[in-house]
Formats: sequence, C-alpha cells, structure tokens
Amino acid sequence: MTRADDVHDPPELMRDSLDHCVKCTICETQCPVAAVTPLFAGPKYVGPQAERYRTGDRSVDHTLDYCSSCGICTHVCPQGVKIAEINSQARAAMKKERGMPLRDRIISRPTLMGRISAPIYPIVNWTLGFRPARKMMQAVLGIHERAPMPVSAPRTLRRRLKKRGQSPPGSRGTVIYFHGCSAEYYEVENSLKVIDVLEHNGYRVLTPRQGCCGLPLQTNGLFDDSRRYVRRLVSQLQAPGPGIPIISSSTSCGLMLKREAHEILGVDDPSLADIGSRTYDVCEFLLDLHDRGELRTDFQPVPERVPYHPPCQLRGHGVGTPALELMRLIPGLEVEESGAVCCGVAGTYGLKKEKYDVAMAVGAPLFEKVRGMEPPVAVCDSEICRWQISTATEVPAVHPVALLHRAYGLS
Amino acid sequence: MRSLETDVVVIGGGATGAGVLRDASMRGLRTILVERVDLGQGTTGRFHGLLHSGGRYVISDPHSATECAQETDLLSRIAADAVEMTGGLFVTTPHDDPEYADTFVAGCHATGVPVEEIPVAQALREEPRLNRGISRAFRVNDGSVDAWRLIWGNVRSAEAYGGRALTYHWVTRVLRDGDRVSGVVCHDGISGEDVRIEAGFVINATGAWAGQIATMAGCHGVEVVPGRGIMIAMNHRLVGQVINRCDPPGDGDILVPVRTVCVIGTTDTRADSPDDLAIPRDEVQQMLDAGEVLVPGFRQARAVHAWAGARPLVRDSRVSESDTRHMSRGMSIMDHRERDGVSGLLTIAGGKATTYRLMAKNIVDAMCAQMGVDRPCRTADEPLAGSESGVGIAITDRLRDREADRLDDQIICECELMSRTMLTSLLRDRPSVAFDDIRRQLRLGMGPCQGGFCAYRTAGIAHDGEHGDIARANGLMRMFLTNRWIGLHSILFGDQVRQAALDDWIARGTLDVEHLPEADALPSRPAEVEA
Repeated sequence: MTRADDVHDPPELMRDSLDHCVKCTICETQCPVAAVTPLFAGPKYVGPQAERYRTGDRSVDHTLDYCSSCGICTHVCPQGVKIAEINSQARAAMKKERGMPLRDRIISRPTLMGRISAPIYPIVNWTLGFRPARKMMQAVLGIHERAPMPVSAPRTLRRRLKKRGQSPPGSRGTVIYFHGCSAEYYEVENSLKVIDVLEHNGYRVLTPRQGCCGLPLQTNGLFDDSRRYVRRLVSQLQAPGPGIPIISSSTSCGLMLKREAHEILGVDDPSLADIGSRTYDVCEFLLDLHDRGELRTDFQPVPERVPYHPPCQLRGHGVGTPALELMRLIPGLEVEESGAVCCGVAGTYGLKKEKYDVAMAVGAPLFEKVRGMEPPVAVCDSEICRWQISTATEVPAVHPVALLHRAYGLS
Repeated sequence: MRSLETDVVVIGGGATGAGVLRDASMRGLRTILVERVDLGQGTTGRFHGLLHSGGRYVISDPHSATECAQETDLLSRIAADAVEMTGGLFVTTPHDDPEYADTFVAGCHATGVPVEEIPVAQALREEPRLNRGISRAFRVNDGSVDAWRLIWGNVRSAEAYGGRALTYHWVTRVLRDGDRVSGVVCHDGISGEDVRIEAGFVINATGAWAGQIATMAGCHGVEVVPGRGIMIAMNHRLVGQVINRCDPPGDGDILVPVRTVCVIGTTDTRADSPDDLAIPRDEVQQMLDAGEVLVPGFRQARAVHAWAGARPLVRDSRVSESDTRHMSRGMSIMDHRERDGVSGLLTIAGGKATTYRLMAKNIVDAMCAQMGVDRPCRTADEPLAGSESGVGIAITDRLRDREADRLDDQIICECELMSRTMLTSLLRDRPSVAFDDIRRQLRLGMGPCQGGFCAYRTAGIAHDGEHGDIARANGLMRMFLTNRWIGLHSILFGDQVRQAALDDWIARGTLDVEHLPEADALPSRPAEVEA
C-alpha cells in the first residue's frame, strides 16, 4: 500500500500509548458494551493487551468488532492509553485482511444513501417503514429490521437554503456552518434551526457545499476512503476564507475534524489542523458566547420537563456538557440528565443485525429513563443517537438547539 | 539416601544439558539429567533469545558463523515449536562504519551465511520505526527462540527414549572410583533428601559453573569466565524482525523480537561469579542509548524487565582476562582423561544456544568414543516433542487461542494471556513447581504488570487445588514477587514506574503481603542462587 506523505503511520502514534497501560481495569468497568455482553472481551483486552499480539497483517481476534467505538474507554483512561483508537486501527486491519461486508460499505456512505434517496424520498421512507421490506433488508444486507433508520426530508437542506436566501451580514461576525450529511438529507429542519439561532445572535452563517467527513467509513475500518473524504471536506470548509469559526451541530462529525482524522486515520495535514482548531460544537460555541456575555437571553418560558442525554462522542470534545448549561438558561424548562452511559447505536453499530441486541441492551437504562419521564421530547446532541432514542422509546428526540429556537420565539 | 543407577549423568539443565540428555537417550544410553534448580534457570534462560543467522560472527569467528547458519536452518524445522523465524536485518546506521558492510557481505559469502541486500526504502517499509538514517540493509535468516520451550522439547523427547530430568537436584559431590568418575550425589531440594546416582559416565554441561563441578571431581584449573551481559525487554515489539547493527560486534548491537516483547542486548563484562550478576544503571542507560540508534524514541518506550546472564567463556590465554568479548565463543570440550588423568568425565562449555544441538552431538560423540559405543547421532533427523507439526511460533498464537476459549476459560495472566487451564494442567504435571517455574513454562508475570495482578490469582488457584496450603501458596507468591523485583529496580523510569507504584500499593498497601503467614518448606535452592 502506498501512503501519502502527510499520513503518519497511525499504529505508531496510537500503538505507543499502549505502553501507558497499568492494567487498572477502569476502562473495563466503564465500557457499556462489555457490561451487557460477554461477546466483547472488553477495552483493556482488545486494546493495550491484545495489541501486543498483533502484527498489523494477521487478525486472529475477530470479536474485537463488537467494540462500538463509543470512545468511553479512551476518555476514562487515567493513564492516557488511546484504547478506542487502537481498537479502530485493529479493526481496520482486520477488515482489510478479511474483506468488507457489502452492508458496511453501504451504511458507511451516508451521502451516497442520502443522494439516492432524496429524489424518491416518499418511496424510501415508505420502504424503510414497511416491515416486510425491512425483513428483506435484514436477510440480504444484515441491517436489523428494527434498527433506527433516518427519515428523508422532502427537500434537501441545499434546496431549502436556496429558497431561504443568503444569510444577512451579522453584527458580530461570520461563521461557517458544518452541518454534516444527515443535516443535508434528513435533519433539514434542525439545521435550519441552528442557522436561525446563530443569526439571532448576530452571526452571518455561510453554508458552503460540503460532503461527508468520512467518519462512518473510519468506524467501519475503510481508512483509505475515509482519508479521501475528510481531505475533501477540509478543502470545502477552507473555501470561504481563513480564520472563520466553523460550527458543527453533529457531535461525531465535529469530533472527526477536531481529533479523529488525525489520531485514528493519521492524517498529518496542516490544513486539517487549521480546520480542527477552529471547529466548535454549536452548544460549545453558544456557551462561550454566554460566558463572554454575548449570548442573547431573550428567552420565553418553556414549561416542560425533558430528559437530556449527552452522547458518548461529546466526551471526546472535552468541553463538558454545554447543552445542559444552555438549556438551564431557559425559564421554566426542567432538564434532567439521563445518567446513562450510551444509547447503544454508536454510529452504525446498532444497525447491524448481529449487534442490534447488544446495542439495545446497552441503551436499555437510557430508554427506561426516557420512557419513565413521559416527556414531550427527549434531547440529545447527536443525530443517530436521537434516531435510536426515538425508535426505541417512541418519544421524539430533538437537538438542544431546537429548544433554544423555541425559547427565542423562532418556532 | 536414595540410590539410582544409570549409564550417563548429565549435570546442568540448560540447552546444552537438555540436548545431551536427548542425544544420549536417542542413542540408547540410559541417561539422567540433574539440575540444581529449574530447567533453563541459568544462562540459556537469560539471553536475548536470538537464533543466530550467523551474520554476527562472519568476521570475528567464521567457523561459528557457519555452524549458526546450519543449525538455525535445522532448528527452524526440528524445533519449530520453540522457534519463530522472524527474519533479520543488518543495517548500517549513521553510527556505523560504512566500510564494514562490504566486508560483512564478503564474510557471509565465505561462511555460507545467506544474505541479501535490500533497498533501504523496503527495510523502512517493513520496519517503520527503524532509524530513517540507515544507509544500507541486508536480509539474513535470523529468528528468535523461546529458550524454555527448546529445553522442555528436548527433555520430553528424551523421556520418550527413557531419559529423565531431575530438577532441584543440586550436585553436592562427584563420586570417584580411583581414576574414574563413577557418579554424583545430589541434594533434592524438594524432598530434602540426598540422592546417590551411580553412572558409567558424567557429562559436565554446567556452562559458567563448569569449573565448580570439575573441581568437585578433582580436576582443577578449569577456567570458565562468566561474561556478564545485561538485556532489557521492552513492552511490545518495536520491530518485527531481528535488527542487527552492521558493524563489528559491540554492546547493544541487536534488538530481538521474542514472544510479546523485544529485547535489546547486550553488554559484556567479566563477572566474579555467575551467581552474582549485577544490572548496573549505567549499563541500562547504555542499552537504551544503543536502542535509540536502531529505533528513534527507544528511550521513551516502556522497559518491562531487565536481567543479566553469564556467558560461559572458556579462558583463552591469547586475550586479556578482562576482554571477554574476544574470548572464544566457540564450544570447548575438555577431556579430563587427557587433561587430568580422570576418566568418565567430559566438560563442555562455551558455544551458544543456537548451536546447542551440535555441542551435544560433539560431546556425546566424544563420550561414545571413550565408552567404546558406536551409535551415530540422530538428533537432526526427528523433530523435538511438540514440534511434530513443524509449525513455528507466531506472535498471534495466544491471542488466537484465547479468542477460541476465553468464554469458557478464565484468563489468569492477562498480559501474557495465560489461561486457568494452562496453569492447572501444569500444576497437575509438576505439583512442586515454584511460580517462577510456571513463569518459564507459561510466561506467567512476564508482561507489563510483572506479576502485579496474576501472582495473587495464581496463589489462589495453587491453594485452591491440591498444590499447597495457604502458608505455602503465600510463600511461593512472595518469592515470585521478590524475584520479579530483581529485574525491575534498575529500569524504574517512565511508564514502568507507574506500574511499579500501582503494584506496590496493591502488594503492600492493600494486601500486606509482607506479613502473610508463610511456610518454610519451599523449593529450596543453594543460598547463593537468585531466581
């Protein structure tokens, strides 16, 4: 395999961190997957322990694929072992050696799926809601019949933006909105709300044409394709000009730019470092505004009691739970943190036939909490987690910005 | 006192002794090996694990180079179970004499050591951590060997031919019948009783200890100089192949991937006694610096254990007494009939693990000649016990094995992926083992945590079975932890300090292992022997 010069050997960077492991087992006690199934040997086992036995070209421990890549292990490790990253790399090596199921190739390309579905969205939505069709998908593709599937929006974000017109010049400056592919095809309404809220706070919002960040390809072990995707996205986000803050409303896609493209894929590119350093999660950005006294707080009361689930990827950002603090600014709104570790879906993990039950068991405490509160909506930053929560609990799930939007009187 | 009678007694349970046991047994001689502690506890278990391509000796010792090349090729087939043919590279680093490379290649051709120059870019692709400043790279047929598997493979093979190995049998006397050596008296460290073994012939294969045994037989002046060398095992394989400096032999010129670790070695200093081998801090630093030349960043990598071994170097009057690196590494057989007028005794020393089989063959040939027995050596013709399939060691072996059985079997040593069944079967076969003996056979406690977790699990299982009462299990556990510490205190830097701190909190803080009730009757060893 030939590699571009700006790709370092990812195993070198992350593998070296295995030297820090003191076998304390804290990661194993926090792993949501190992807690519900013995099929996954646990993050310490497949991470720093098994890595000593790997050569990079001979995979023998195929159950490492039961890791959901939620990243909690890396986050909780007190010694700095990049456990989840080691696992991702080992999985990539395994898939390279053993070949990639068609299913994984399909579900790891959401832009492609979205583009195909967009013109025929009613048919796609009907099919995905049609049990016999889902049974067939499970049989043929291995996508579980009850796994959450996104609903295609009638019009793509791009078409809606065209109709909406350009963002007016802002009193506070300009930001770039990195919406991610789900926002383009599925979560269109939510993306428009993010733009509204930013504009409401005095920002001109640029929405350059943008593709997939490559994260689903990365978690499915297709590293070469993933690197291509993220590089293209980086140049798309650079196009509007230097130094403009980039606002992301997808927790995991933002994390890809901030850390994972470098740490897992090994992309050593100054333009990636530049983009990563000015990428903010939308709630992180808004809370920063608030801390500087620049956030508008003309909130109307929202007299509701809602559960909030911080997604696993949010931990990777290392910013705490800014959504929680923002929502607490809304009068009347009572927000209760879920207290659950993970919803189980972890990107594309919970869609897979053989992992669905594991994912549902991982998410069970969260679903119980949500159902128990009988709320009008559940709140979560990450779109796939929202689909998982609403599919499992039949409670609609929204992005925290949707509540701000409402409190601002914008909806 | 128990009495035994046999044709041949071999003293010394290293690779040479085990090789002699197998060779003599295969020739139909009733043979007993006696070892003062456990098999492979001396020099054979304390080297870097290199199975030599011969490349290291093509200039300094061409004869050894040829022997190494032939024996490595042979062992990769007949001792597959103990060998991993990793391949090796000789690389010219910026610190090496660039002229040496051509001399080296010519030497390889002259000695029959297979060598092939490969492009530097290819070497760096194969070994991405290698110093990017190397100017030339040569592929050789190096491998690594699990010394304990090699010894046990020989012993199990010998057993099939009627041979026996008695561990923890410490020779206290060499019996003489006039001018003839007629056997030995051993102290059985496990049962506490003495054992008298009458034998037609005694082979002294005690390496660096050979002078002591020869003296017991009344043969004085056998000088085997212990050449002390230290080695450091790093936490994981920084390289997949053996990496050699393409330079005349020197300290720290080799990095060997063996099992889960890679080992940098070695130094060479004359020691006063093979039982008292220091691991000086300055030599540790010297090894880390040498590693840095081969693999930049080596100093920051995690060292998990250090040890020292005593090369058995036969004194050569041509070189100065302190210059052990230039003493002969070839094997020496001493005929005490000729030298001292004492028949029935041969001493072998020198050589290296790679040529153990050849050494065994040569000395058994010499013995047969003196005994008037005409039976050819057959050790090259059939595989060792356990190597019948011809499949060598792969780094992935244990991960594959645990992938298959981890849902049904508990993992006791997590670092080295040793299962409960592996442990309980060994305890069943060898009920009197010390935990270090388990380590040598199953790699218990050889990983990053150095027994910090597995020692207690093993103690629990040892006590749980019929292996011993609480006091005995405690004693074995403490002895094990103490012995691990010998290889740790000189490398306490970086990541291993954190591990040592955690291990210490558990051992002394949480479990108070220093004040546990402990039995007296543990596998005993001569007072001066460290594990």
